[in-house]
Amino acid sequence: MSTDTPDATVDDTPSRAELAARVDELEDALAEATDQDDTKKMSIISTKGTLDMAYPPLILASTAAAFDYEVTVFHTFWGLDILHEERSKSLKLSSVGNPNMPVPNAVAALPGMDRVTTKMMEKKIADNDTATIEELIETSLDMGVEFQACQMTIDLMDYDEADFYDGVTTGVGAATALQDMADADIQLLV
Amino acid sequence: MSAEFDITETLDVKGASCPMPVVKTKSAIDDLAEGEILEVLATDPGSMSDIDGWASGTDGVELVDQEEGDDVYTHYIRKTE
Repeated sequence: MSTDTPDATVDDTPSRAELAARVDELEDALAEATDQDDTKKMSIISTKGTLDMAYPPLILASTAAAFDYEVTVFHTFWGLDILHEERSKSLKLSSVGNPNMPVPNAVAALPGMDRVTTKMMEKKIADNDTATIEELIETSLDMGVEFQACQMTIDLMDYDEADFYDGVTTGVGAATALQDMADADIQLLV
Repeated sequence: MSAEFDITETLDVKGASCPMPVVKTKSAIDDLAEGEILEVLATDPGSMSDIDGWASGTDGVELVDQEEGDDVYTHYIRKTE
């Protein structure tokens, strides 16, 4: 039998005290990691400014706020009109391109038809006591939703910061939105 | 309406539709103290599922009961923290 077994005198087993210190260290790290963020977050990118497409981001934003989510809605391109105080009150419904509309596209394309379908929709909204866009924005702002107006779109459309509802964040771009999305539990593009 | 628990406040959202019943319920419950009960009167049939979902997905609130009347849906929510 061989007698040249390796020398096993080097004891690298950690001591009790070392283990206890390591456990404390890990517990602290875990506490920090879990403690850091138990707030739920939602990030919505709102890109459309027609009357029908203005609703989903606002309804989801206000509802998520009711669930104690921290919500940011980044408005870009036509979605920016939703935050524009004046324009948000006269968002239009397109009568073409939607096969669910009661008029055929050939008729819907006639001048003035968008006005007709928008009026029709506005009447339905009023009759049904559905919240208006303005009401949803004010409610969402009250509940702490952060509405962000894309700076590039503000410049592109030649809007002024004063045109937006009070409380709207300006001076933000895609990197801000991306960061919000990366941090969020729910991300939506509307 | 119900004698089983003491109602602290009543919120009337009759006529309002999604998302307002949930959103207004949240605001009203924020004004209550722990243990107090909010009664919510709604006509939106979706409020049965929505208030239930909201209560189970939100910390600090508990759905005590829901009643489906002829036209009115009544919800009882307790603030738990």
